[in-house]
Amino acid sequence: METVDSICSHFQWCVNYKALAKLIDFAGKTGRTNLGAWTSYRLRLQRKRWHLRARRKSRELSVVKDRTDQIKPNDIFVFSTFRNEDIRLPYFFKYYRDLGVDHFFMVDNDSDDGGGDYAASQPDVSVWKANGSYRKSRFGVDWLNHLQRKYADGHWTLVVDPDEFFIYPFCDTRPIRALTDWLDASDIRSFGAMLLDMYPKGRLDAVPYTRGQDPIKIASWFDSGNYTISKNNLFYNLWIQGGPRARMFFKEEPWRAPALNKTPLVKWSKEYAYVSSTHMMLPRGLNLVYDEWGGEKASGILLHAKFLDTFGVKAQEELTRGQHYAASQEYKAYAEGIAQHPDLWCKWSEKYINWRQLEILGLMSKGNWA
Amino acid sequence: MTVGVVMLVHNAFDRAEQVVRHWSAGGCPVVIHVDKNVKREIYDDFVKSLADLPDVLFSKRHRCEWGTWGIVAASQVASTMMLAKFPNVRHVYLASGSCLPLRPIKDLQAYLAKRPRTDFIESATTADVPWTQGGLDFERFTLRFPFSWRKNRFLFDRYVEFQRRFKKYRRVPEGIVPHMGSQWWCLTRQTLSAILEDPERKIYDTYFRRVWIPDESYFQTLVRLYSQSIESRSLTLSKFDYQGKPHIFYDDHLQLLRRSDCFVARKIWPDANRLYDNFLNEENPLKGAEPNPGKIDRIFSKAVERRTRGRAGLFMQSRLPRPGHENGFTSSPYSVFEGFSELFEDFEPWLARMTSTRVHGHLYAKDGVEFDGRQTTFSGALCDNAKLRDHHAQLFLVNLIWNTRGERQCFQFGPTDSQLVSWDLAKDPNAQISVISGAWAIPLFQSNRNFSDIRADAAELQRLESEHLNALRSPWAKARIRIWTLADFIETPMEALQTVLDEMGAKNLRRVTEAPKMADLSGFGQFLQNLKNQGMHPYLMGDFPTDDVPVNERPTRRKPYLVR
Repeated sequence: METVDSICSHFQWCVNYKALAKLIDFAGKTGRTNLGAWTSYRLRLQRKRWHLRARRKSRELSVVKDRTDQIKPNDIFVFSTFRNEDIRLPYFFKYYRDLGVDHFFMVDNDSDDGGGDYAASQPDVSVWKANGSYRKSRFGVDWLNHLQRKYADGHWTLVVDPDEFFIYPFCDTRPIRALTDWLDASDIRSFGAMLLDMYPKGRLDAVPYTRGQDPIKIASWFDSGNYTISKNNLFYNLWIQGGPRARMFFKEEPWRAPALNKTPLVKWSKEYAYVSSTHMMLPRGLNLVYDEWGGEKASGILLHAKFLDTFGVKAQEELTRGQHYAASQEYKAYAEGIAQHPDLWCKWSEKYINWRQLEILGLMSKGNWA
Repeated sequence: MTVGVVMLVHNAFDRAEQVVRHWSAGGCPVVIHVDKNVKREIYDDFVKSLADLPDVLFSKRHRCEWGTWGIVAASQVASTMMLAKFPNVRHVYLASGSCLPLRPIKDLQAYLAKRPRTDFIESATTADVPWTQGGLDFERFTLRFPFSWRKNRFLFDRYVEFQRRFKKYRRVPEGIVPHMGSQWWCLTRQTLSAILEDPERKIYDTYFRRVWIPDESYFQTLVRLYSQSIESRSLTLSKFDYQGKPHIFYDDHLQLLRRSDCFVARKIWPDANRLYDNFLNEENPLKGAEPNPGKIDRIFSKAVERRTRGRAGLFMQSRLPRPGHENGFTSSPYSVFEGFSELFEDFEPWLARMTSTRVHGHLYAKDGVEFDGRQTTFSGALCDNAKLRDHHAQLFLVNLIWNTRGERQCFQFGPTDSQLVSWDLAKDPNAQISVISGAWAIPLFQSNRNFSDIRADAAELQRLESEHLNALRSPWAKARIRIWTLADFIETPMEALQTVLDEMGAKNLRRVTEAPKMADLSGFGQFLQNLKNQGMHPYLMGDFPTDDVPVNERPTRRKPYLVR
């Protein structure tokens, strides 16, 4: 008995458990406890499934205008799906061109307001028409996954909606290429940007939006500090909720409030896939856009100019189409709320000035980019 | 006598060309080393583009990968060439293609002419500097590194572990003491030639070939053997972030770079047109000043601090610290009062008057958040809805304290409230918690309800408060905590209040003159006795006398008068 004990203790001394654990868990480099290999494998299969699905759904796409022969090796792309957003498109293109985006990949989901033709007439835009169901393409994700897989391998891509405007540290003095170059130099593959809902003061329909106008000039207010965060332990992405939508429309069921975390800017590779909108993606390491040891990683903001006078009509339409997330729960809530013309503005709303303001308020961070 | 520039280039050739022309126009011969990883055609174009400059030469190419010997080999061949081909060069300046001269070349030449024997090279012993990455400080000189850190991190780490485990150390050659520092130096002909022509050079080269990141230690170590006077700093402004990657300069750094008075800055973003235009094309005044990178240093060290430590008390999309790594759960101190608003009728307005802080009611009340002035929203557009608050009770507190930075927050808490944050309060060093235990019984005592209901409520509240007190008394509690029983507190209420206010660091240091109005407690002892008689023993109040308690009176203070 004694010998057995001594042998055991001898082996205990010999084995460097820390090194051993590392060897076994080399997939989970960050030291996270999960069932390492098995979970990774499961997610890998899931990723392949999304790719297959994207391929299947790509049959719903038909080329309207293909200008992909213009693209150069280091170009930065914007990918977007839209439906009846003609009024927003001119400013959308202008905004991202000014940031230094080189090419736009637009999927037109059955617009009937001429937006598709307008987009196709732009010199740096490639347009596809999608006839299928928005919901069944998982809110456009499948279409975009397919296009990204086909065209964006090795490029920095920004996936945004026409009502989302990307803000990053130093965006007023440095073009987006400065950011992507820095991310490349720092070996960072993905860059997070929270969705920040912007709203006007007073009724939504008080100031009409005109084509080509900066929507943030109308919807210039936001909630600065009522966001809640929790972590998805399987995909590692955060789940951020809050803002005016939670405050006004989801008081009774806060867990239903829409997710605000997004990872729109990614150095794309064929192997990647968005899982649920741009909220989470696979491989899941791309979702780690936050620091867990007390530091701050660099991050941006997507100014969400959804709440304009166009919103009431849109909400009604989306409700009848029933093509949005969770049986358009969100739009039901809006339609009920919007009917009473609520004022999203409150005494404590902040008026948007610039990215530095958002940085000081703690909504985004420069991280170690200076 | 002049300065020769050895330039290592691996990308952004149009910018490199611009800079080479600038050096050359300033009267500095340039020897360029182009990384062998660069394609032949690109290299040829680059050579052709500079063919019109007679004092620009190209050296033999080596393959340069970060952290490997190639970079040292490149500097060696290029320096040898420089010394051989340009005999009137006194100082050799090692620069890269993304370096940008910030001051006129004449300024640099004059500066170096005044210091003809000085070698500018950052050189420090490993034991004394915390620069190193990945825990490899002295070990970079005693282990072997055959695997690439960038491409083969896994094998790199395992091999380091293996060598440590089996104690496979290398011996440092006789006569040298390993030193490290920035790879960008400026050496005199004497020192540099002594290093390059050293009879022992072969031994040193073989040794440093297997050292990790030799470009930061080869010249830095050998210079100690020959230099007559070392100025241990680099003339190149080059800052590194916490991962050992160089910070990059952009157009918006223009003024900062100008005021820094440094000779050369690294690294410049290739598309920073304004910087290149300003420093290369425009006439800049000769200054003759000492380099002064203090302000830039501060900005970059702040950036590193933000990345590694973050802002205390901020939870956001790119900072979600795990429990224990928050570096401050909340951003600033705040005060929690338990039982005070039950005991005193006008406690909130009184506290606000006394301390000029923001005084909320029960923030965690079950039926809604009681913000100061019972507003429906509060700072940061926090909502008074209880469900929204309880959706993430901790972040509600964190957000509130973060949103009101610069103004101290006070709020009431008690067993009638939602208890979700009980432990978080206890563990937060920023919390100052003052408890009058058992005060929850006073509203019950004053209420007009059936005694059986009161008894049930009292039992439940006592259980909740005692659980909360357990948290406050646990070894994990980090808050500043004071607990009185109700009986103890009403013995000397003013003294207790004074202690609490003093601890808050309230601005008025004078004594509290005005007391809040205490609830009428006559008959309270009997009420407690009744509860006891019903089998529910209220113990958190302490020993309350059954007979009438002293009627609450505002302390009257007589003015002293003198008697002669």
